[in-house]
Amino acid sequence: MRDVAVVGFAQRQMKEFEGSPTMVELLVPIIGELYEQTGWTKADIDFWCSGSSDYLAGRSFSFVSAVDAIGTLPPVNESHVEMDAAWALYEAWVKIQTGEVDTALVYGFGKSSAGQLRRTLALQLDPYVLTPLWPDTVSIAAMQARLGLEQDLWDEKTLAEVVARSRAAAGDNPYAVLSGDVSVADLLAEPLFCDPLRRHDCAPVSDGAAAIVLAAGDRARSVADRPAWITGFQHRTDAQALGVRDLTRSPSAAAAGEAAGVEGVDTAEVYAPFSHQEPILRRELGLDESVTVNPSGGPLCGNPMFSAGLVRIGEAATRVMAGTSDKALGHATSGPALQQNLVCVVEGRN
Amino acid sequence: MTTAERSPVTGILTPVQLDYTYAASAEESRFLRGLAEGKILGQRCPRCEKVYVPPRGACPVDGVPTRDEVELPDRGIVTTFCIVNVPFLGQRIKPPYVSAYILLEGADIPFLHLVLGCEASEVRMGMRVEAVWKPRDEWTTSMENIDHFRPTGEPDAAYESFAAHL
Repeated sequence: MRDVAVVGFAQRQMKEFEGSPTMVELLVPIIGELYEQTGWTKADIDFWCSGSSDYLAGRSFSFVSAVDAIGTLPPVNESHVEMDAAWALYEAWVKIQTGEVDTALVYGFGKSSAGQLRRTLALQLDPYVLTPLWPDTVSIAAMQARLGLEQDLWDEKTLAEVVARSRAAAGDNPYAVLSGDVSVADLLAEPLFCDPLRRHDCAPVSDGAAAIVLAAGDRARSVADRPAWITGFQHRTDAQALGVRDLTRSPSAAAAGEAAGVEGVDTAEVYAPFSHQEPILRRELGLDESVTVNPSGGPLCGNPMFSAGLVRIGEAATRVMAGTSDKALGHATSGPALQQNLVCVVEGRN
Repeated sequence: MTTAERSPVTGILTPVQLDYTYAASAEESRFLRGLAEGKILGQRCPRCEKVYVPPRGACPVDGVPTRDEVELPDRGIVTTFCIVNVPFLGQRIKPPYVSAYILLEGADIPFLHLVLGCEASEVRMGMRVEAVWKPRDEWTTSMENIDHFRPTGEPDAAYESFAAHL
């Protein structure tokens, strides 16, 4: 395997992006920021890969318009996944492993505020027997939360504690949509939104974009003092049909974590867009109390669809590059109720 | 089993309805507001100096924002075109009619519009055309303020002059 590292990360998040759903206006400064971080120009990027969704943009081929942000003369080597950009990062990592390219810039973007996210995401379900019922994301998450409550896997206080800790951590994150000190008692006094979930148990609908630069071996060493070396990168999936799964578990998260080698991480950025999904992921990834979980505040403080998974990896890698973490994981999820999971482990070497 | 139970289910109907609020970008907004005043506004890339109309958030060649505004004339040439012969739902003009790429004078990218005012069979590449605007009191922030383009009758542009825009 080739040594590949994250050497750059940039992001923007906001409650509502005022510009177009192709988000070109947001991607141009993000890509510019990465050129500054690396000292590179477009000519140094061997491969480009993006993650986004036309269902979110409400227009076809929205990712083609977004390519304007790169500038394509001379032509660029480019690809796209209709998934969170964490999977675009995986594609870029594989591309570098083939030896065909040495560097890659991966970006993701999404304007959830253009539509009604919880309905849009219903379209990822089984189109024959589930989608016709329009079970939206929040309702499915509420069923999952209910199952855990009734089995004493978590209680309302545990969930409120996840929210309070996340909001407090987000105080240091300039991109967080929600942040600040809130008490568990105050959170529990809030009305139910989708029983048993309260509004704060659900990630805020928000917009944003993010990008990461990957580089192999000496290319990475030449631009970063302490690159975040990728030592494990795996993704797994569970059955799509909700009825055949134990919704309180996520075997695919456990399998991805084990294959990626998460043991010994001191920091974990996990993509749990609902508060009760954090205990599920802690269990599946084997994260004990010694591990700092979501120091950025995590998705409960900002959930830019199709880049939020990439942001988790970026936040983990940033801490490794800064030397505040030696081994960290970034986790991304897709599909209903933690159905599909990806784990990227990054390590610093002195 | 009855015959009905044995026959395969060959299709199901799953209506999908999603509503979106489209926000025009800052560049698109300036363009649309210009149209409401009878102006066609493009933008020039600071690097390659190409003029885009409608303007866009980034020059697709260089990946940099195009900030310099350029007011363009409402006349240009047909670069390429098609004759619409097929009727479809919502069609507002009786076929045959012409949809064409119009390259305005001073612009580097053509946009799609209608060419009327002559037989469809007379439309050709390089034909010079001008905008026919709707009455001023009907103008809104819409491309439809220009009802269509019509031939000016001037000599055609030489192929070499627009070959790079095809």
